[in-house]
Amino acid sequence: MRDYLFILLGTALVNNVVLVRFLGLCPFMGVSNKIDSALGMGLATTFVLTLAVAICWLLEHYVLIPFNIQFLRILAFILVIAGLVQFTEMFVHKASPALYQVLGIYLPLITTNCAVFGMALLNIQQPHTLVESLLFGFGSALGFTLVLVLFAGLRERLALASVPETFAGAPIGFITAGLLALAFMGFVGLPTH
Amino acid sequence: MIAAVCSLTLLGIALGWLLGLAARYLRVEGNPLQEEIQRLLPGVNCGQCGYPGCAGAAEALAGGKAAVTLCPPGGAPLVQALAARLGVTVDGATSGPLLLASVDEATCIGCAHCGKHCPTDAIIGAPKQIHGVIQDACIGCGLCVAVCPTECLQLRPVVATLKTWHWPKPALNLGV
Repeated sequence: MRDYLFILLGTALVNNVVLVRFLGLCPFMGVSNKIDSALGMGLATTFVLTLAVAICWLLEHYVLIPFNIQFLRILAFILVIAGLVQFTEMFVHKASPALYQVLGIYLPLITTNCAVFGMALLNIQQPHTLVESLLFGFGSALGFTLVLVLFAGLRERLALASVPETFAGAPIGFITAGLLALAFMGFVGLPTH
Repeated sequence: MIAAVCSLTLLGIALGWLLGLAARYLRVEGNPLQEEIQRLLPGVNCGQCGYPGCAGAAEALAGGKAAVTLCPPGGAPLVQALAARLGVTVDGATSGPLLLASVDEATCIGCAHCGKHCPTDAIIGAPKQIHGVIQDACIGCGLCVAVCPTECLQLRPVVATLKTWHWPKPALNLGV
């Protein structure tokens, strides 16, 4: 139980996927203009990331290793992720057309979100069980959603602030992202095992 | 080798089958009128109507929020088709002769700006070479005219050739 908690904490905060590992920066900068859409994107990515990490673990341990075809890992993982994203897109379109409109092109782009693929690869490099893999994926997705929503909140405030002309728009966004990453360095002190 | 081929093939088939099932059970009923209108539109997503692509334009048309004359690439034939489908009348102001882009070789400097903006890749020519427009592919949208620095690209009436000339359509003469 303690281990599971540490995996969640470690992936969500200490080794945050966006601000410490620097994966998945495209939606981080792209869909963080409004808190609502950031939350929607975070939930969609949470669904994809958790399932992708778990299915890729199953694939690695029950197909790739027994048949000794680990060289197909990247191809097989991408196939699984693409299928999952397609399913998520259909589901969001059915369940919430408004969210589907807001997320737009960023929804199919979860396929190429390197956070999803990167976490699947990082997960199988560690001696995780299936449950631990699920938590690993879920924890990093939680971290992703948390950072996305935090950053969207900051940007909503920034839109109202009077920023010097030189920094207005994207530059102040990047500076804020850097400061946020700096703040997340504070979590390094947390014990993770 | 065989294990690799078989496992990836099986994985692909299984995922495809699941997605097919999902597509059946999670299908979203679209607006049939919108889909029909979208099939009428050119589908090059040039964005000149001000809507995000032809799907956005079709949505606005189906919702009655846009005029049937919104699409420059579609030209007069599209206006008539849309007007017939939506049951509206158009005045003849938009039905001019078909205008297509062509390059004035004397003033073309070969800057290659126009080709990047052409939605149908109708403009040929490498940088620092005189460009040309493939008339069969040009849809007369005018995007290249806006970016040409020397104004050598202009929309001009189509010069009739042996291939394109046809008898004029019979006009009603009401004895006026």
